Amino acid sequence: MNAFQQRRWPLVILWVLIIAAIVAAPSVLPVFRLNLLGRFLALAIVALGIDLIWGFTGLLSLGQGIFFALGGYAAAMYLQLNSSGDLLNGIPEFFTLYGVDRLPAFWQPFHSPWFTLVAIWLIPGLLAGLLGNLVFRNRVKGVYFSILTQAALLVFFNFFNGQQKLINGTNGLKTDVTQLFGQMVGSAEMQRGFFWVTAVMVILMWLLVRWVVRGRFGDVLIAIRDDEPRLRFAGYNPTLFKTLVFAIAGSLAGIGGALYTVQSGIVSPQFMTVPFSIEMVIWVAVGGRGTLVGAILGAVAINYAKSLVSEALPQSWLFIQGGLFILVVTALPEGVIGWFRGEGPRNLMSRLGFSRPIGTYPQLEVDGNDEVQP
Amino acid sequence: MSRIVSGSRPLLELTDITVSFDGFLALRDLNLSLRPGELRAVIGPNGAGKTTFLDVITGKVAPSSGGVLFKGRSLVGIPEHRIARLGIGRKFQSPRVFEDLTVQNNLALAVSRSKQPWTLLFGRISAEQRDQVHHLMNIVNLQPRADWRAGALSHGQKQWLEIAMLVGQDPDLLLVDEPVAGLTDEETDLTADLLKSLAGDHTVLVIEHDMEFIRRLESPVTVLHQGHVLCEGSMDQVQQDPRVIEVYLGTKEDDAQ
Amino acid sequence: MQLLLESLFNGVAIGSVLMMAALGLAIVFGLMGVINLAHGELMMLGAYTTYVVQMVFKLPAFQSIYGLYVLVAIPLAFVVSGVVGILLERTVIRRLYGSPLETLLATWGVSLILQQFVRSVPLAHAAGLILALVLGFGLPLVLPHRFFEGARARINRAITWAMSALGGVLLAGVLASQISRIARATSRNVDVTAPKWMRGGIEWMDITFPVPRLVIIVMTIVAVVGVTWFLNRSVWGMRIRAVTQNRSMSDCLGIPTDTVDVLTFGIGSGLAGVAGVAVSLLGSVGPNVGGSYIVGCFMVVVLGGVGNLLGTVLASFAIGLLTDLIGAGRLLTIWPDMPSPLAGTVTFFATTSMAQVLVFALIVVFLQFRPAGLFPQKGRMVEA
Repeated sequence: MNAFQQRRWPLVILWVLIIAAIVAAPSVLPVFRLNLLGRFLALAIVALGIDLIWGFTGLLSLGQGIFFALGGYAAAMYLQLNSSGDLLNGIPEFFTLYGVDRLPAFWQPFHSPWFTLVAIWLIPGLLAGLLGNLVFRNRVKGVYFSILTQAALLVFFNFFNGQQKLINGTNGLKTDVTQLFGQMVGSAEMQRGFFWVTAVMVILMWLLVRWVVRGRFGDVLIAIRDDEPRLRFAGYNPTLFKTLVFAIAGSLAGIGGALYTVQSGIVSPQFMTVPFSIEMVIWVAVGGRGTLVGAILGAVAINYAKSLVSEALPQSWLFIQGGLFILVVTALPEGVIGWFRGEGPRNLMSRLGFSRPIGTYPQLEVDGNDEVQP
Repeated sequence: MSRIVSGSRPLLELTDITVSFDGFLALRDLNLSLRPGELRAVIGPNGAGKTTFLDVITGKVAPSSGGVLFKGRSLVGIPEHRIARLGIGRKFQSPRVFEDLTVQNNLALAVSRSKQPWTLLFGRISAEQRDQVHHLMNIVNLQPRADWRAGALSHGQKQWLEIAMLVGQDPDLLLVDEPVAGLTDEETDLTADLLKSLAGDHTVLVIEHDMEFIRRLESPVTVLHQGHVLCEGSMDQVQQDPRVIEVYLGTKEDDAQ
Repeated sequence: MQLLLESLFNGVAIGSVLMMAALGLAIVFGLMGVINLAHGELMMLGAYTTYVVQMVFKLPAFQSIYGLYVLVAIPLAFVVSGVVGILLERTVIRRLYGSPLETLLATWGVSLILQQFVRSVPLAHAAGLILALVLGFGLPLVLPHRFFEGARARINRAITWAMSALGGVLLAGVLASQISRIARATSRNVDVTAPKWMRGGIEWMDITFPVPRLVIIVMTIVAVVGVTWFLNRSVWGMRIRAVTQNRSMSDCLGIPTDTVDVLTFGIGSGLAGVAGVAVSLLGSVGPNVGGSYIVGCFMVVVLGGVGNLLGTVLASFAIGLLTDLIGAGRLLTIWPDMPSPLAGTVTFFATTSMAQVLVFALIVVFLQFRPAGLFPQKGRMVEA
């Protein structure tokens, strides 16, 4: 197990670098770039949730956009209400466009900041738990689960996109011109604040997910991924565990969505499009599923690449993204971090001609003196 | 958990079990009962319904008709994990262990008494359970492999790991499907001794093709054929039975179906 | 009665487009266990093929037989999508058999590439490229076998591909010079106009049946009957079923499993192309046209159950009928004096997209009772 411990120090260095980069970012980056980084860190929280359900438990959800958008809507609804006190009727402006003069009932609780802070993670979490349970208890799994999550996503998109009178439909809710603590949410000051909040949340959520996947609970998740029917015969009920982690992932997506919304200045049904939700999966796949730091790095790196490429060559991003999907599943199934942790570097070195002599079969090398004598 | 249920009442009782897959009768009118503490071997040619019969007991397959009583309680319609918690453990035909977990963690999941998410999330493994894991690894000689991924074990080691997991689960009834397939003679003998030592405290039902192994178990034998019980008795009696010889050697055209 | 017939017809029409689209998907998923998220883009290729064929038939040389272009487009779309599908199977999917989730992600990547492809590459060039591919793969099957054996095999192969490439370049050049509308890349939607004989409708019992929809229904029936016959009666169909049930045993029996994979995937993809023709007759064609059908197709497969064509057929019609009944607000027309709270709900869902919301909810409810769809598979082999 020395080999394992030896491989830990690059990870520690990686973390030191990440934290140093986050701390340094506000003073180094211009506001525009800082805001982008803040958004990508918000997406990293979503990626952590996907890693929890896909990387560890083997559930590929193509519908995380639902929970992401719900978190965003919760935050935006509060901000809209908070800033529309001096308007006619005291309701957000867009309602008057559709001739609505009374606030729909489900908006009412979002007057309260405390309710909103809870709703941001609780509503997506509960919804994920409910939807997940309906699917899991029938033992629908594998690609069927993925397809159903995708269909659910489409349903929510249709709903939010079509309901102008309830939620401003396809236009979405803007937050950048709303007020919070007497300041414009879109102001540079506020944005810097949101960056810090996001950075801290990424680390807190990383710790949370790490705690979940360590220990026997995490072992059960991996066991579900390996052989779910077998686990039942050991007396565990996989449905409960799956529902729970899917709910946690939903909550994480909600938190990410809220933080993303306040930094991007708008939440709209575009958050619930099919391509965006599948894109989230590729962040985790590239970073390395089953490695939490991989999910975070993957989300930030790919989105950064996306924004750079889209600025320079807008035509080619889809080609690159499509290629990335194909490449990562065929050539790099463990992702970048998984590749570094595994035999990747050694294979590359030996392919380049720098082979380290291996004494014997790797299997016998570890503790070869204890041959099995049953 | 009371090991030995009062007197002669059977621990497990199957009555007139029939299982039909789209008209094909995998089991028909199967009757079988096990006393507490008994060691029982079940043999039968391929397709006799041996695995389906375990599927019915463990809740994987619902019988089309008939009843399953365990400690006087019906098991029909109860989900697998609840049946397992009632005290029925199963080892699969080809070893099924959790390949991405270490040997130690595989066993830790098996010995854990609470199977609820919250206790696993907030509680830690007790010292007693940790000792049990180490004890089990010693029994099956996997101590040196404690931190190996179970997927990296050899076939025989996986068989043993799964048996150890089954024992760690501490069920009242152990259902063991082909435990010695792919094991060496030496390992086979050790497995037979292990199962014999478990009987008494536990009730053990073994399905196996290896006749030498069955003989070593020195237990009553039930012969299954085409989904129902052909005969029961000691190994010697069973081997003398003309019907059994016919089924295994196929001298006459079978008109049972 | 008349209302009922009309909504039945509409439901069947919606259902048949869905079924054309889902049929190929169901074959590929049911027989190979592959979830092909690029299926919608294969449909899109079929739709664009129809457009290109239509443009060609507008040329003076073909003007006299313009009305027949749809009939030409159907087999061509089958070939185009089939070849692209085969290429996809050989290059990507083959590496991923046995890991459906990875296949799903990889095919999504392919779908993104295909979408961007039709945006950035002129259709004339795309047609040339596809001709080159068809020739390159097709010629070795047509030419005598010994041409590709022996010492000169390699050279002959290279010559074949060079000829194919030349053919492709020629076609691209001719198309681009003759038809200016497909000479440049565009991401705008294009329109396929139905030929004269397909416009209008047929009157029967005071109901108008639009001809394009009738054509689609006929196409669907032909496709379903053809596929059923092929799978159940032909030699290759039997081989496909054999490989589905036991791949290694089929291998041992001398069934060329590789060829079977190619064939299955090619047929599934080709059917997507034919579905694309149908889609192009209903509305305008754009790079995203496939995406709007794909989720519906998956719903059909989930509802119908795997590996059962009857399930696919029934599920398509059920979804088609429901979508039409709810989405067009027909419930209110059929039952005008509905109590007002119920009527309010019905109006709330009376748009196509909201109907989708309700239909999905109904499917989830249905899956609570029949988790494996309408026709589940049974037996010991089915993993619990």
